[in-house]
Amino acid sequence: MLVVDQVNKYYRKGGMFSRERQQVLNNINFQYNLGECLGIIGESGCGKSTLGRLLLGIEKPESGSILLHGEELVKKGTGKVAMSAVFQDYTSSINPFFTVEQAIMEALNMKPGKRKLKASKVDYYLQHVGLELSCRNKYPHELSGGQVQRVCIARAIATESPCILLDEAISSLDGSVQIQILELLKKLKDRDKLGYIFITHDIQSAAYLCNRVMIMRNGEIEEIVNIEHLKDVQSPYARKMLEMIMA
Amino acid sequence: MNRIHYLFKDRLALFSFLLITTTLLVGIFAPWVAPNDPQEVHMNLRFASVSWKYLLGNDHLGRCVLSRLIYGIRPSVLWVLITLAISVGIGAVVGFVAGYFKEKTDAFLMRICDIMFSFPGYVMTLAIIGVLGVGIENILLAFVLIKWAWFARIIRTSVIQHSNAEYVKFSKALGTSSFKIMRMHILPVTLPDIIVTSSSSFSSMVLQISGFSFLGLGVQAPHAEWGMMLNEARQVMFSRPEVMLAPGITTIIFVSAVNFFTDALQIALDPKLTPIGREHRKGLKQRANLHRGEVA
Repeated sequence: MLVVDQVNKYYRKGGMFSRERQQVLNNINFQYNLGECLGIIGESGCGKSTLGRLLLGIEKPESGSILLHGEELVKKGTGKVAMSAVFQDYTSSINPFFTVEQAIMEALNMKPGKRKLKASKVDYYLQHVGLELSCRNKYPHELSGGQVQRVCIARAIATESPCILLDEAISSLDGSVQIQILELLKKLKDRDKLGYIFITHDIQSAAYLCNRVMIMRNGEIEEIVNIEHLKDVQSPYARKMLEMIMA
Repeated sequence: MNRIHYLFKDRLALFSFLLITTTLLVGIFAPWVAPNDPQEVHMNLRFASVSWKYLLGNDHLGRCVLSRLIYGIRPSVLWVLITLAISVGIGAVVGFVAGYFKEKTDAFLMRICDIMFSFPGYVMTLAIIGVLGVGIENILLAFVLIKWAWFARIIRTSVIQHSNAEYVKFSKALGTSSFKIMRMHILPVTLPDIIVTSSSSFSSMVLQISGFSFLGLGVQAPHAEWGMMLNEARQVMFSRPEVMLAPGITTIIFVSAVNFFTDALQIALDPKLTPIGREHRKGLKQRANLHRGEVA
């Protein structure tokens, strides 16, 4: 279980000597059960991506804690990755100088083991996400957006972490490819017992994939509901948001 | 560096590379390669034209122009390259640290660079020569002191641009160490930028060295240096214009070769700029057929 407890995050505003701060996350508390899919919904600038970076351990909260099974999230050099990620911008999510194989190997190389054995796993992961094996030696600019996003998913599951953070992972793709990727994610979730934290501004795709959704506004959690009860949200903001979609 | 073989598919790059390496080798082995003593004066051979003993003729003191050109490679090319390597090295370390860690580290290092920029380059060089004395090694020292800040600035910009990319975020999420991220992700991506900026400043450094030599502050008189040879030829520009040709053309050819080479290197290192080969194109076509289902 992942427990987020009273997390606050500020960013400094202004220049070198400025003391002015902007609060991006305000007293965030929630629990995430491994294996479930939690959607984080909110408009631009509400702090969802910042929360994502904190969960990944890229940035540290100013106060509060994020604990997985009662332990700190990121431990360097242990090779154990608590949370893996797929990002929004597929043009920069793989190093342009890396081939698909190298990109997936990066995730595999975090764990100890023989290099040859790992290299043989690359094919397995490529097939797993529905990619041709011929993609293996291609560079990201030679692939389509949907294919790059599939490679990113393959790279994320190759870390063998129990949970994958999807930060607007399908938002930059176009309609039909979005559906293909959503279907792939759902398939992987059922087959591999993967858990997702799905950051998005699109309620429909969240409803398709998630068990629970968390609605955020101005750095605070507005409401957390099970997807079955999405219609019965209490807070006025969440209601308004739903109405806009229904209309 | 598994992409180097792309470089030699480009004929111009291959030719430039051969020219540069030959020049460097000839410079290193100058005493064995040069046909004559570059400092031997023959007043009876002043401005002598091309002969079998003196393949490029003789200068205003009857010295062998070819031998002087060969010996001139050392200060003009070898020492400049070493200076360049040192200043790019310091600049790269500072630029990487500043650009990657950002915030306070960045602010601190960049303020130091700002202070370095506030000294006018030539005045600083003159001051160092004034303190340490005349000589090419002091000029080169001054170059290192001035240029590193400039390289640090440029490399930092390039690093910042790439360190926000999502593949760096992913690597951080995996718990990869900062040093490894810099080495594995950021260095290859910024390398083309570093190479191109350093090559362009290489030619300007060659010209600056010759400028200082002209003022009598750099290479001292009997020793040969390309810029100084040009200056000696300048004195007889109207009566003997052909004396200018040898050092002038050599400088132009060499600097052009460096520029062509680095240009090709940049293209070879970047997969996005590599022209698609024939076998590769076939693969693309296959993929297009297989993946008709996927739209984007």
